[in-house]
Amino acid sequence: MKLFRFVAGAIAAAVVGLAAMAAQAADPIKVGEINSYTRLPAFTDPYKKGWQLAVDEINAAGGIKGRPLQIIDRDDAGKPGDAVKIAEEMVSKENVTMLAGTFLSNIGLAVADFAKQNKTLFLASEPLADAIVWESGNRYTFRLRPSTTMQAAMLAKEAAKTGAKKWATVAPNYAYGKEAVAAFKKELTKLVPDAEFVEEQWPPVFKIDAGPVVRAVEAAKPEAIFNVTFGGDLAQFVREGNLRGLFEGRTVVSLLSGEPEYLEPLKDEAPKGWIVTGYPAKDIDTPEHKAFFDAYMKKWGEAPKLGSIVGYNTVKSIEALLNKADKYDAETLVETMKGLEVPSSPSGPFMYRAQDHQSTMGAWVGKTDVKDGMGVMVDWFYADGADYQPSDEEVAKMRPAE
Amino acid sequence: MTTPVLSVRHLSKSFGGLQAVSDVSFDLAAGELLALIGPNGAGKTTCFNMLNGQLKADSGEVKLNGESILGLSPRRIWRKGVGRTFQITATYASMTVRENVQMALISNARQTWNLWSRASALHVNRANDLLELVGMADQAERAAAILAYGDLKRLELAIALAHDPKLLLMDEPTAGMAPRERVRLMQLTAGIVKDQGISVLFTEHDMDVVFAHAHRIMVLNRGELIASGSVDEIRNDARVQEVYLGGGRLFEEKGKGHG
Amino acid sequence: MSFYFAQFLTGLASASSLFLVACGLSLIFGVTRIVNFAHGSFYMLGAYLAYTLVQYVPGSIVGFWGSVIAAALVVGLIGAIIEVVMLRRIYNAPELYQLVATFGIVLIVQDAVLWIFGAEDKLGPRAPGLDGIVRIFGEPIPQYDLLLVALGPAVLGALWLLLNRTRWGVLVRAATLDREMVASLGVNQSWLFTTVFFLGSFLAGLGGALQVPRVSINLLMDLSIIAEAFVVVVIGGMGSIPGAFVAALLIGELNAFGVLVLPQATIVLAFVVMAVVLVIRPYGLFGKQETAAHAAGQVEAPIRPASPLKRTIALALLALLLVLPFLMGEFALVLATDILIFALFAASLHFIMGNSGMVSFGHAAYFALGCYGAAFLVKYFGGSMEMALVAGPLFAGLGALVFGWFCVRLSGVYMAMLTLAAAQIVWSTAFQWQELTGGDDGLLGIWPSDWARSKTAFYYLSLALCGGGILLLRRMIFSPFGYALRGGRDNPNRTESIGIDLRAQQWAAFVIAGVFAGIAGGVYVFSKGSIFPDEAAIPRSVDALVMVLLGGVQTLSGPIVGAGVFRLLEDEISRLDYWRAILGGIIVGIVIIAPEGIAGFIKRIAVKAGLEREGETAA
Repeated sequence: MKLFRFVAGAIAAAVVGLAAMAAQAADPIKVGEINSYTRLPAFTDPYKKGWQLAVDEINAAGGIKGRPLQIIDRDDAGKPGDAVKIAEEMVSKENVTMLAGTFLSNIGLAVADFAKQNKTLFLASEPLADAIVWESGNRYTFRLRPSTTMQAAMLAKEAAKTGAKKWATVAPNYAYGKEAVAAFKKELTKLVPDAEFVEEQWPPVFKIDAGPVVRAVEAAKPEAIFNVTFGGDLAQFVREGNLRGLFEGRTVVSLLSGEPEYLEPLKDEAPKGWIVTGYPAKDIDTPEHKAFFDAYMKKWGEAPKLGSIVGYNTVKSIEALLNKADKYDAETLVETMKGLEVPSSPSGPFMYRAQDHQSTMGAWVGKTDVKDGMGVMVDWFYADGADYQPSDEEVAKMRPAE
Repeated sequence: MTTPVLSVRHLSKSFGGLQAVSDVSFDLAAGELLALIGPNGAGKTTCFNMLNGQLKADSGEVKLNGESILGLSPRRIWRKGVGRTFQITATYASMTVRENVQMALISNARQTWNLWSRASALHVNRANDLLELVGMADQAERAAAILAYGDLKRLELAIALAHDPKLLLMDEPTAGMAPRERVRLMQLTAGIVKDQGISVLFTEHDMDVVFAHAHRIMVLNRGELIASGSVDEIRNDARVQEVYLGGGRLFEEKGKGHG
Repeated sequence: MSFYFAQFLTGLASASSLFLVACGLSLIFGVTRIVNFAHGSFYMLGAYLAYTLVQYVPGSIVGFWGSVIAAALVVGLIGAIIEVVMLRRIYNAPELYQLVATFGIVLIVQDAVLWIFGAEDKLGPRAPGLDGIVRIFGEPIPQYDLLLVALGPAVLGALWLLLNRTRWGVLVRAATLDREMVASLGVNQSWLFTTVFFLGSFLAGLGGALQVPRVSINLLMDLSIIAEAFVVVVIGGMGSIPGAFVAALLIGELNAFGVLVLPQATIVLAFVVMAVVLVIRPYGLFGKQETAAHAAGQVEAPIRPASPLKRTIALALLALLLVLPFLMGEFALVLATDILIFALFAASLHFIMGNSGMVSFGHAAYFALGCYGAAFLVKYFGGSMEMALVAGPLFAGLGALVFGWFCVRLSGVYMAMLTLAAAQIVWSTAFQWQELTGGDDGLLGIWPSDWARSKTAFYYLSLALCGGGILLLRRMIFSPFGYALRGGRDNPNRTESIGIDLRAQQWAAFVIAGVFAGIAGGVYVFSKGSIFPDEAAIPRSVDALVMVLLGGVQTLSGPIVGAGVFRLLEDEISRLDYWRAILGGIIVGIVIIAPEGIAGFIKRIAVKAGLEREGETAA
C-alpha cells in the first residue's frame, strides 16, 4: 500500500512536472499556504486534498486570467513561531501574492499579526478564534470558516431546547477553548437566563490527562456538558467518559465533534446523541455538493471530510478574488476582498463581510449516532453563517479602528 | 620564644566510630621544615585536610601566627598566607605554565572579578621570577598538560609560592617521582625555605627525603602522635621502629610505597 | 471521601505507567551513565507497535497481551541494537555529547515513526476483558486502571528479584556503584551494557504498549513522557529503582490531585516539586553523591589571542557583514539576522559550558526569559523597543540569578538535569500562565520602533547588539574572570586552594550567560514580532547545544560557526519531509565522527598546514 502510494505519487509528480514545463510561458500566481500538516494531519490532510482538487480544476480550466495558480504549501509543525518564520520567508523570498491557511487559532492569530505588520493579505482558512476578525482583527486578515461564536450560537440554540440548567465545560486551555466556552455561556444565557455553570476543566491542549478531568466533571454532578476538546484529546475524553459513565443521562453539546475527522477515529466508541456541529458528507444532496463529492472521490478514492470543504472553499475564494481584482498589490486585494461573493461552493454561496472580514460560510448542526460501527451525524440541518453574525454596531465596538 | 607560625592543639577527628586523628598537638617555628610521617592510614592526610580547611575538625585549635584558622574554608586559609601542593599535582591543564602561576597572582591581587583586562598580560614579571626560581622559566609558554611529572611538581611549587606564603603545606611532595628527581625537588624546596624564611609542613613516604631535609620529624600512628624530634632522635626511637613493620626496614627501604 | 479515594486510584494508575518508563531510564543511567533522551522514543515505539499488532488479533485476550509483550520485546531489541551500533562509541565522551547524540536518535525515531505509521493520532482498542468498570465505594473505577495499579509494584518486585537474586543483577548493582570495579573484575562490560539497555528499553516499550487502551497515540508522546520520566528519575535519585517508584507515586498523585486544586498549573507543579527536592537533597531522594569522576574528554589546548591570519579573517567577515544589505535580498537579511541572534545565544552557552565546564541542558530558559521580558515591557508597560531591549536581558539575568544559585551547587549530570528542570519550569509557566504570557497563544505585535522597522535597519541593530555581545563574551573569556572559570573547570581543588570562590564565580558566569542569552532573546522577539512558549522548550535548548557542538566546544569561534551552519542547514532541509531524521543523523554523525566540531576540524587542518601556531596537542 505504502509502495503503491509512493509510486502513484511519483508518477503524479512527474506528470505535474511535465505539465508545469508546458505552462512555463505563463508566470504562475503564487499563494503561500501554511498549515499544521504534520501536527494535525487528521484535519489538514483532507484539507490539502480539498485545495489541491480546487487548484487542479482551476488550472485545467485555464487558470486565472491565463496564468496558472500555484500554491506553495509549508508545514508549521503546529508551532506559531515556525509559522511566522515561514510567512516571512514566503513574503521575502518567494514573493507570494498573498498568504492563506493555518488551522490552530494561536497560529492564525500569529500569522494575522504578521500580515498586519507586513501589509500582506492573509486568508485565514480554518482557525476559529473570534479574535481573528474581532478584537485582533486587522485590515489585511480575512477568515473563511464560521467563527467560534457563530458555531457556539448554533449549538446554544439547540442546547436551550433541552432544558438543561446545570452545566459543566471541558475545553483546551488556549485561546480557542476559552473563547468557545465564553461564547457558549454568553449565547446560552441569552436564551436560558438561569443556566448556571458549575464546573470548568481546562486540560492543556493535546496533553489531556483524561481520567482526572472526567472525575472532576463527574464530581460536580452537572446536568449537561459543553465540550470543546478535539482530536486526540476528544478521543481520550470520550473513552474515559464512556468508561466511567460520565455521559449517562446527561446532555452533551460538543463543538466540531460531528466532523468526520474526529468522529471516525472513535469507531464504535463514538458517542450517541451529542449535539454537535460537523459534516454529514454522504448525506448532503445539493447539486454543488454532489459534484464536489464525486470529483473528490474520483481524485482521492475516499469521501471528503470537513477539512476538504474548507480547503476547497479557500481556493475557490482565492480564485474569485484574483479574477475580480484588477491589480494584485495588497491594498487592491484587500479592497476587493471586502464584500467578495463566492457564488457557488459545496456548502452553498457565501460572501466576505466588509464590516468584519468574516465569511458567511455556515456549518451543519445535528446529533451524533453510531451506524455500522462508525460514528455519524443524524437529524442535521445546514445553519447559514449569515444568520449567526453580530450586528454592525457590535462589530464596530469589537474591532480596533484601522 | 616567639609565637610559632603554626600552632596545633588537641586536634581530633573521627569518622563514624573510627578515631582518625586523636589529640594531636604541635608547633611549627618560622623557617622550619617539619615532616609528618607514619604508615598508611595513620591519619596524615586527615590531619593535613583539617589544617588546610578541606575537612572540619571535631575539636581542637589551629592557630596561624596566633590567629585561629580552624573551620575556615580552604580559600580563606590561603588568604591568610598558607600555600599548598597536592599529592597528585593540581594544575590547570588547559593553560600555559606561566598562566598557571599568573592565576595565583591574579587571585592574590583580588582581580578574579575583573572582566576586562587580558589575564595573560597581568603579573608577567612576577610570574617569570617565580618560574625562574623553580627552574621552569624556559617552559613558560608550554601547555601544562604536556609537562613531565617532575616539572608539574615544580610548577605547583611556583604556584604555591605566588602569594608569599608564611606556611607551605606539602602533601607527599615527591610522590610519583623518580628517586633522583625527588632529591632535586626537595633541595629546591629547602633552598627556597631557607632564603625566604617560609615554614613547611610536609608528609612523606620516602625516608631518604625525610631524613635528608627535615629539620624535625613527627610520627603519627593510628591517629596519635607517638614521637617528635630531630632526625637522629626519630631514627633511634624504639616505638617508631615498632610501628614501621617491626623495625629495621624503615631505614633500608628506598621509599617505594606512596599514595 | 470515596471521590478522593477514586482520584487516588487514578493517580496510582498513572504512577505505574510512569514508573515503568522511569525505572528503565534510571537503570540505564545507573549502569552506563548515559542520560538517554531516546528513552521516550522507545516508549512511543512500544505504543505504536502494540497498536499495530493488536489490529491483527481484535478482541482476543491472549492476542492483546501477546501484542503488548511482543511490542515490548521488539523495542528492547531495537534499544540493544542502538546501544551496540551507536552508544557504545560514546561511553567515554562528556555528558553533553551523549545527551545530544541521544537527542539525535529522538529525531530519527520521530521521523521513522511518522514514515511507518503515519501522522494521524491512533486510538487503540480497549483491553479485552478489562473494558468495564468496577464500583469501589460507589465510584466507578476502570478495570484496566486497577490492573495498572497492581502492575507497578509487580514490576518493582520482579526487578528486585532480578537485581538481588541473579548474578546478572549483582553485576548491574555493582556497576551502578562503581563502574571501574566491575571492569577490573574482568566482567564483559559491553555484554552487561547491552543487556541493561535491552531491559531498560523493554520496560519503556512495555510502558508505551500498556498505554494503548488508555490514550490516543501520537507523535508527541516521546518528548512529553521523557520530560516527566526525567522528573521522576531525578527526584528518586538517578540510578535508584525504588527511588523511581516513590517518585512516580509522588508525581502520579500530584497530577491526580493537582488537577482538582490548580487545574491550570498541573505541568508546572511537577517541575517545582523536582526543584524543591533537588535543593533539599541534591542527589534525589534515594540517590548517592557521584563519587567516580566523569569522563572529561580531551584536554583543551591553552587559548591564545587571535593570530594575524585569524584577525584578518575576522575583519574580512565583519566587513562582509557590514556590506551585506547592499549585496543580498531581503530574505538573506532575515536569515543573517537569525544567525546573528543564534550565534550570540550559542556563544552565551559556550561561555558557561565550554569555558567554565558547566553543562546546561536548559539554556533556552534564558533566551525565552529575554524574549518575555522584552515583550512584557512592550505589552504591559507600553515601553519602547529600546527600553525592552534592556528589560529583556535584565529579566533573563534575574532568572539566571535565581536558578543559577541552585544549579552551581551541583556539578556534572546533576547540574545538567537541574538546568533542564529550570528550563521546564520556565516553559510550563509560560505555557500555563495564560493571563501573563498568553500561553500557547503567545504575545503578539511586538514590533521594532519605526527607525528599525526595515529589514536592513533591524539587521544592523542585530549586528551591533549580537556582534557586540559576542565580542564582549570573548573578551571575558580572556579576562581574569574567564580564566578563573577556566581554572575551575580544569581543577576545582586548585582553584579553591588559591583563594578563589569558585561557586560565586560560577554563579556570576551563569548570570552573565543568562544576560547575553537574554540579549539574543530580546532581539529575537522584535525580529519575529511575537513570542511563544516553544522558545523555552527542550528542542530550543538542544538547538543551542547542537550549535555549540557543531562548531566545536573547545573552539572560541565554534558557536559562531555552529550557529551559521546550523541555521543555514535548517533553512535548507526544513523544506524536506523528513528533515528531522536528517538533522538527527547529522547530530549523531558529528558526535561519533567529528567530536571536535567544524571549527575544531578547521583548526586541526590549519595547524597541520602551518597556518596556525603550533598549539601543542595536549596529552
